[in-house]
Amino acid sequence: MQISFLLNGETTTVALADASMTVLDWLRETRGLTGSKEACREGDCGACTVMLTDTHGSRAINACITLMPQLQGRALRTVEGIGSAAAPHPVQTALIDHHGSQCGFCTPGIAVALAAAHLNGEADHDAALAGNLCRCTGYAPIIRAAEAAAGAPVPEWMQADAAAFASTASTKISSGGEGRPENHPGDGFQRRTPGLGAGLGGAESPPVFLPENADALAAWLLAHPSGRLVAGGTDLGLTVTKALQPLGEAAFVHRCADLQTITETGAGFRIGAGVSIADMLTAMAGAHPSFAALLARFASPQIRAMATLGGNIANGSPIADTPPALIALGARLHLRRGAARREMALEDFYLDYRKQDRAPGEFIEAVTIPARAPNLRVYKLSKRFDQDISTLCGAFNVAVEGGRITAARIAFGGMAAVPKRARTLEAALLGRTADAPTFAALAPLLAQDFTPISDMRGSSGYRMQAAQNLCLRYARDLAGEAVSVLEVAP
Amino acid sequence: MSIGAPLPHDSAALHVLGTARYIDDIPTPAGTLHLAFGLSTIAHGTIAGMDLAPVRAAPGVVAVLTAADLPHANDVGPAVEDEPLLATGIVQYAGQPLFLVVATSHLAARKAARLGRIDYLPIPAILTIDQALAAGSRYEGGPVIWARGDAGAAISGAAHVVEGVFETGAQEHFYLEGQAALALPGEDAMVVHASSQHPTEVQHKVAAALGCPFHAVRVEVRRMGGGFGGKESQGNALAVAAAVAARATGRACKMRYDRDDDMLITGKRHDFRVVYRAGFDAEARLCGVEFTHFLRCGWSQDLSLPVADRAMLHADNAYFIPAMRIESHRLRTHTQSATAFRGFGGPQGMIGIERVMEHAAQVLGIDPLDLRRRNFYAEAGGPSAPPVAATGRAFGAENLPPEGFPGAPHPPEDISLKQCTHYGQEVVDFELGAIVTELEKSADFAARWAEIRAWNSKSRTLKRGIALTPVKFGISFTLTHLNQAGALVQVYGDGSVGLSHGGTEMGQGLHRKIGQVAAAAFGIGIEAVRVEATDTAKVPNTSATAASSGADLNGMAVKAACDTIRGRIAGHLAGLAGVEPREVHFEGGRVFAGARELAFAEAVASAHLARISLSATGFYATPDLEWDRKAGRGRPFYYFAYGAAVSEVVIDTLTGENRILRADILHDAGASLNPALDIGQIEGGFVQGAGWLTTEELVWDDAGRLRTHAPSTYKIPASSDRPRIFNVALWPGRNRAETIHRSKAVGEPPLMLAISVHQALGAACAACGPHWPGLSAPATPEAVLAAVARARGA
Repeated sequence: MQISFLLNGETTTVALADASMTVLDWLRETRGLTGSKEACREGDCGACTVMLTDTHGSRAINACITLMPQLQGRALRTVEGIGSAAAPHPVQTALIDHHGSQCGFCTPGIAVALAAAHLNGEADHDAALAGNLCRCTGYAPIIRAAEAAAGAPVPEWMQADAAAFASTASTKISSGGEGRPENHPGDGFQRRTPGLGAGLGGAESPPVFLPENADALAAWLLAHPSGRLVAGGTDLGLTVTKALQPLGEAAFVHRCADLQTITETGAGFRIGAGVSIADMLTAMAGAHPSFAALLARFASPQIRAMATLGGNIANGSPIADTPPALIALGARLHLRRGAARREMALEDFYLDYRKQDRAPGEFIEAVTIPARAPNLRVYKLSKRFDQDISTLCGAFNVAVEGGRITAARIAFGGMAAVPKRARTLEAALLGRTADAPTFAALAPLLAQDFTPISDMRGSSGYRMQAAQNLCLRYARDLAGEAVSVLEVAP
Repeated sequence: MSIGAPLPHDSAALHVLGTARYIDDIPTPAGTLHLAFGLSTIAHGTIAGMDLAPVRAAPGVVAVLTAADLPHANDVGPAVEDEPLLATGIVQYAGQPLFLVVATSHLAARKAARLGRIDYLPIPAILTIDQALAAGSRYEGGPVIWARGDAGAAISGAAHVVEGVFETGAQEHFYLEGQAALALPGEDAMVVHASSQHPTEVQHKVAAALGCPFHAVRVEVRRMGGGFGGKESQGNALAVAAAVAARATGRACKMRYDRDDDMLITGKRHDFRVVYRAGFDAEARLCGVEFTHFLRCGWSQDLSLPVADRAMLHADNAYFIPAMRIESHRLRTHTQSATAFRGFGGPQGMIGIERVMEHAAQVLGIDPLDLRRRNFYAEAGGPSAPPVAATGRAFGAENLPPEGFPGAPHPPEDISLKQCTHYGQEVVDFELGAIVTELEKSADFAARWAEIRAWNSKSRTLKRGIALTPVKFGISFTLTHLNQAGALVQVYGDGSVGLSHGGTEMGQGLHRKIGQVAAAAFGIGIEAVRVEATDTAKVPNTSATAASSGADLNGMAVKAACDTIRGRIAGHLAGLAGVEPREVHFEGGRVFAGARELAFAEAVASAHLARISLSATGFYATPDLEWDRKAGRGRPFYYFAYGAAVSEVVIDTLTGENRILRADILHDAGASLNPALDIGQIEGGFVQGAGWLTTEELVWDDAGRLRTHAPSTYKIPASSDRPRIFNVALWPGRNRAETIHRSKAVGEPPLMLAISVHQALGAACAACGPHWPGLSAPATPEAVLAAVARARGA
């Protein structure tokens, strides 16, 4: 199988013998570009950060868990491509001037993350660096460097990748039900990929499919019901890099533009399963700010750039970030198998631990959520604020009329084998006043809804106590009280 | 003058461009093989059988080695030979290497390593402190006990007594570059590129494994992608494995751990329990303290004994304690072998007495800062008093030490003296009184405390806390003979300088500081000086780059070598100019001899034509050290480094979530060789220490398996976790001891400034109720929520 992409501005065609080869291994071991480092091989440290550009723009991603077929039709820029000794990028110069490197091993990844943020004019440097760990500096000099470089002009070579995609409109939210335009960018290099399962052979490497739209995907999945869908691959990649399992038959869906649309109607949003968490975050900022705040703590910028909403749902983790919020919103899931479509409440999709109501050959096409839920609040608890997995996550959404609760949807992640509603508590809240005493009094009912486990993220006792306390936080939050340490400025 | 200039790290440009080479980036010969260990999945048991046929049959596998296949020594232990490279019939922790896979790629080796079929006969494992105590599983036979006076009697007669138990968690180094080594077989010698803080020890271990003299192994270290103590001994296994496999196959062999393997195999900071009982008189002065230390040392001795010693040596921190008894239990468990980590036991020992202060302040109802001040050692007085009578032994190769070198002064007989530590060392350079006073002012401590109290009275969900804690950290290896260093300086005909020394570069900027020392000695610019990779063939018999000693020891050795060469050049030019050698000056890249003025390169060329040697070795041994570790008596430290920090935090009383809001630090780096690098060590050390005490939690399950073995589950601080306001300043002063340009070591001490973060969190918890919150460490949200409940009496 051949894939084509831009590497540091050069059209690059690679004959892949193994579809599960990671971008990082290819860069370091095949291409000899050793600037990108491996420090975790699971997308948690950022030492491998590279910049990916396509119709959705330029953003930092983790090369260590990105598989080579995901580069098809995109542009990749590594640390070797953001600056050179003769012409360093402004962030590279600033990192030297402000002593932003000590051991230097995280530094190439940090330079790329900062260069991508610089290109996009992002001003929140901590947010830009949430996916980059540094063990030496304590980050302060890196932030000083980012601030110093902020005013410098973007080097022209940093804009070259986006320019290759400039012919394509990149509307994040369309107002009708139309899919994205079909014409992918960089026609000079991205059209050579053959279609269904072509080319990639060998006993170790089953065929790989790169569908161009949902219809093609539906047909392929019907014919390959045990096939895997690789969207962002941010969790699936770990089965390759950590579990060392073969990828097997797989379809890489990043070219299905019709799965990547967010459609806003009066009633709400229809969000394609292939929409990235990053684009989702942008879209939710206005309508559902608390959900957006949660999404801003979804892993890291690198992961959010690749991970998709459909992937996060279908993956079925009990500690996935989006399901509690989506369930509290009353999200509907739209499934498709061949031409057949069905829909269900998201909470009904989760049957048991890592077991979902999804038939062979069926895939998630979209999710719909209401346009408004002013009382939605989502609280994620974890050991670290950025780039961490929930110990537990509570999502609260009550409707109040005349001071009384008329409807309640409360869902938790990390409290059961699946993301789950707190139905006993919900029922007890109906008709009660929406205040702190009510929530404090009824919170113990969560013990009837949940029997959480103890693990390395927290004990069952902590999970239950904190979940109950979140009920009180919700009441105080609705009353306008400051309830998060993140709200306190020094 | 390059000394004191805030020059960037000597590899900064290579770092940011991605062109700095680490072990895995070094171009390798064709046919290079890659290694992986097959690991034990149980904590304790005998190996009844190992079926490695599936491993050998896996794609790409070239060889599979077990202990029986090792021709010579099967040991990688740094202190005693109790650490087999490959297990010999018995498994002592989950993650222990059992066999070694040699394959054509890193991935092939990793895949094959999982295919071993191991038949274990499990034996009950000793995993916890309590299990080890019950089983009498320990190193050194019994506890080590040091005492001064009768602490028990002193406490019995005290006006106030506080007692309690405090535990701190283990800490993973999480150097970004995992352990790695590359062995290149030569015609009759082995070259090893290692990511190691201790190339000489790697040389010794590889030589023993190959059955050859030390001279047949050359170890080179260009740089590490972080060390923090985790590469003092933990890299031995990879270097030895690579060398053994290279010898067996005749091909270059490279080994690097996948991150999960790295965390499963290698040691961490010792988790620690301290039991304390302290008596205070009516004026809130300490009369006596009893500490019992319990350390979980793991399956092999490694460096645990000096770590435990250093914990005892820092049990006083900044306070005079007239009667003291410390009992230290070094417990052997079936877990990873706990090892060196920045501070080397000092943090655990120090946080014990700071916990006493925090607890006593609440019990006595006294301002914690006032309590600390009442108990400080007496101030040395004067901002930069004359140096203590200590004569550094600094001499070049031609400048051999005089016979009958004067010994160190004996410790005073009466160690109840106010200025004596519990181990008998006089504290002659104490300056925390002045540092704390200045920090209190610059951080606006009193006003902020008052503001926080008012804020807390109005905030029911969120509470803030603030705390100031001091650090006094002893500088020198406690194993006295390690306090030596060598250097090799070569001046080339064009006036450029290449130098080697025994220290290794792990990010701390050591090579830059050393380069500054050399540039200053020759009066030339830093660009004229190149610091070579650390190489056992250039400078032999080195100590680990550890104990914060890198610049102190190697800086002096390099200066000695430079002074030798400079002396020769000066002598030559003096002869030509008809002046005394001492009248020859080196400055601004030029040399002035009487009426003559030459460029440094011209002076060098002139000396070369006159057949004068332009290369020299240098050597340094720290003077005045005397230490009896069995008795716990002597002068183990050349001097002390000091600092203090104010931290402010906020907690959520409903969830335990917490956050550092602000930190103000004043730290003493002496006359800083490079203030930018020193501030970098302080900022980085503080955040790393804060991680140890907050987000970083290592969790083992009941079977002894580490459950947090990757960054997905083990959380070091991220960018947003650093204090949003982060003021770091250097205390202006010169080292009273005669160190390199009167600077002070700075690698480890700042880590302990983060004790202020934990105490600020404790203060925020205490704001929730009248009871002692007894916050544990790490202060995860769960730990904070439990402490809030205790404060409320729940």
